[in-house]
Amino acid sequence: MTSRSVLDISGLKVSIGGREVLRGVDLSLAEGRVHGLAGESGSGKTMTGLAVLGLLPHGARATGRIALGDRDLLTLPPRELNRVRGGEVAMVFQDPATSLHPMLTVGRQLTEHMRHHLGVDKAEARARAVELLGKVRIPGADEAFGRFPHQFSGGMRQRVAIAIALACSPKVLIADEPTTALDVTVQAGVLRLLRGLCDELGLAVLLVTHDLGVMSAIADEVSVMREGLVVETGPRGQVLREPAHPYTRSLLDALPDSSPEPPGSAPEPPDARTDSSPDSPTGETA
Amino acid sequence: MTLDIRDLVVEHRSPGRPVVRAVAGASLTVSPGEVVGLVGESGCGKSTLARAACGLNPVTEGSITFEGRPVAPLGLRRRRETGIQMVFQDPYASLNPRRRVGDQIADGLRTARDTAATPADLLERVGLPRDFAGRHPHEFSGGQRQRVAIARALAARPRMLIGDEPISALDASAQAQVATLMRDLAVDAGAGLLFISHDLSVVRLIADRIAVMYLGRIVEVGDTAEVWANPRHPYTRALLGAIPRPDGMGVLPAELPGDVPDPANPPGGCRFHPRCPLVMDVCRDEEPRFGPVACWLHEAK
Repeated sequence: MTSRSVLDISGLKVSIGGREVLRGVDLSLAEGRVHGLAGESGSGKTMTGLAVLGLLPHGARATGRIALGDRDLLTLPPRELNRVRGGEVAMVFQDPATSLHPMLTVGRQLTEHMRHHLGVDKAEARARAVELLGKVRIPGADEAFGRFPHQFSGGMRQRVAIAIALACSPKVLIADEPTTALDVTVQAGVLRLLRGLCDELGLAVLLVTHDLGVMSAIADEVSVMREGLVVETGPRGQVLREPAHPYTRSLLDALPDSSPEPPGSAPEPPDARTDSSPDSPTGETA
Repeated sequence: MTLDIRDLVVEHRSPGRPVVRAVAGASLTVSPGEVVGLVGESGCGKSTLARAACGLNPVTEGSITFEGRPVAPLGLRRRRETGIQMVFQDPYASLNPRRRVGDQIADGLRTARDTAATPADLLERVGLPRDFAGRHPHEFSGGQRQRVAIARALAARPRMLIGDEPISALDASAQAQVATLMRDLAVDAGAGLLFISHDLSVVRLIADRIAVMYLGRIVEVGDTAEVWANPRHPYTRALLGAIPRPDGMGVLPAELPGDVPDPANPPGGCRFHPRCPLVMDVCRDEEPRFGPVACWLHEAK
């Protein structure tokens, strides 16, 4: 698969109050690929995501280059940046209960930025929103449009948040721990959805997560961060099965379940994606 | 038998809303020195069950006894039953931000009338430096805060420790550590531990027995190894099948269709039947009211 690189982060350094949180991060996101970013909290994985959108906390100074096409997001004037975020680069946050506005209907939150970025009229925005709600598989999309976030369950809320992120057909989606607040059964659904959307719409996804199981399920490439540096990066199969860096190995060993799969687990569903990426060298034979 | 929960029913009543039966006839026992893991999706009533066991939620029906005596509801100022201690989910909310952690741990010592131990001793037991007692909660990371919360619970010398999702607010790297720490400390003290989590892999690591809860009822109870190797209830199978494995194979976890139904209006018959892949006619009509596997496929002969 030859996929075009959409977003290139090179030599990204971020310092807050004199402390360097990112010490030169290089990452590259390609069309239709999920790039997983793993690491402990405090390793700077969330900061990397925020830096792309220019959402760094006050007093943070970023140097380096974040290239989206031929533009450098770090030097873009605010007006230009506003056109990018929510439009070409969208984000899904960890907790849908706090990332959605509790007092606005889901429909309002779905159409607001669409009208701003795409300049569509009310009726068209609504039609698109309902279509999106259907795409993220929310039952009764038409009624759901007029409902408030509290009327949805956690998994459904995260689906809404994903729909909002996708509303302006972004090229890049940054998902910061999108399933951490969810139950395993719901997580499975959201992961399937994310993977499906990535394949279908050719999104470049940066998946920030500490859960290596989640990483293994949907990421194509995996980067491991530690103390503001990417210590290892490579195809999923390679990083998770034959970690080259001792830190990656220690992360994998720290998992409570490092033994091979439990013998009595549910049989694999027939549609399970068994490694469709040809560039995972280890494959099933390892 | 230390903690004995029998046919417990807990209802949440709020004006203008239908009565929600959060726990609808659940039975569970925890013996001294035993670690029981309670798992299930959010909204299935695990936390309500734990809170009721500790006297924080009034019981509608059924009974909860601790060492033979019923657990009294928690009073406004006085707490008679200090043998049961709880560690809450969010250490950012459960610790008082304005008091030094040493003082908060000393509260626990005072309840147990323990004059020999100092807060610093307890900090040491949970793996924190002794001089942290003079610090405030904001100076700690999530994992350290949860250790402080555990130290505070242990200070009261509980004979039963209840952890209500004590690790879900922590980092992956701290989760297994804190869970193992809780297990070790409880077992060392000879106390029982009721550990609630939706993370099955951690429960597998520390629990002697697993109880699986669905929509207010316990659907399967069994030895951890046995449940893991041979889950019998279709819901348990679905839960285990949904865990993504870090094997680098890129296998998407199996999905359990649908959401947990509204507990205010549970489906008739077996509560799991609308989502069950192996649903039979009997499941729609009659609720399986037996253990250890509450499923018509596993009816005791």
